[in-house]
Amino acid sequence: MQVTRKLWIGLAILIVLAPIGLIAPEYFKAGSAWGEWGADEMQELVGYIPQGLKKLAGLWSAPIPDYAFKGWEEKGLPHLSFAYILSAGIGIGITVAVIMLIGTILVRKDKNSRK
Amino acid sequence: MHIPDGYLGPTTCGFFYVVMLPIWAFASRIVKKTLDAKQVPLLAIGAAFSFMIMMFNVPIPGGTTGHAVGGVLVAILLGPWAACIAITVALVVQALLFGDGGITAVGANCFNMAFVLPFTGYYIYKAIGYNAPCDSTRRVIAAGIAGYCALNIAAGLTGFEFGIQPLLHKTANGQALYCPYGLNVALPVMLGEHLLVFGWVEAIVTALVVKYLLKQAPELFAEKGGYPCK
Repeated sequence: MQVTRKLWIGLAILIVLAPIGLIAPEYFKAGSAWGEWGADEMQELVGYIPQGLKKLAGLWSAPIPDYAFKGWEEKGLPHLSFAYILSAGIGIGITVAVIMLIGTILVRKDKNSRK
Repeated sequence: MHIPDGYLGPTTCGFFYVVMLPIWAFASRIVKKTLDAKQVPLLAIGAAFSFMIMMFNVPIPGGTTGHAVGGVLVAILLGPWAACIAITVALVVQALLFGDGGITAVGANCFNMAFVLPFTGYYIYKAIGYNAPCDSTRRVIAAGIAGYCALNIAAGLTGFEFGIQPLLHKTANGQALYCPYGLNVALPVMLGEHLLVFGWVEAIVTALVVKYLLKQAPELFAEKGGYPCK
């Protein structure tokens, strides 16, 4: 199917353009998404860190937190943009692989049972 | 709209996991029954598209950021049950790999973005685009309205889940245990920012891609599970 190929190309373009989603908020001085603050930001906003939040916030340590490599937080936008593109690529790769796997499990190409 | 760990109490987290389990099970059954093997790549593209669109953070100058979900588009193309699976995979990868959305909140986040969003979007599209031919502008408009409404309903729901936390969990001295903002703040903020800004992103993205695909590949819409052209 021709159009599927075009859609994959569209996705690849989106991956390369991904840093826009990083740079635009920086440029317009927009902070975190509402309700997605870290503990420090919470301290500033309400004057304390809710105890339950403190306990649960560190529950999971993601391998690529916030689409940036660990230790790269202070490296500036070019590095972060690079990490963002790589993260997008890795994320898409895994997402596609998982769906393909689910697809092969759920949708059997069993010719006998298909019309 | 990705609720992180620590913002929802155990009751809310548990509740939404319990609600989502039968939905995921049912979605798998429906997809098994209706999806063709040749549609699987399109489902993968849909999941990847949703993943990507969520990385495009849109700023409100001097304020917060937000993003579209892209889930209404997947629902229009492949049906809401398939969209539920696709968005769930995107959200789980985001939570596990990138810490975007908490693992305790996967149930709630999937309920908002992988269940309510594609279903409301799909049925709004279906209602407005009812019986419209493939080349009809009404379909494009329907897609836009569906995207706008569905994202806002999902955002309102997220605001509600944030907002009930202070009612459910408090320490003896009155401090919140989880999300400290009540319904009076969480609901209007989540709804407001999506009504004003992010909802339009979902609307425009959904409408433009539907317009493009209706022209380039109307056969995609005629597949099982989605909403066929007349």
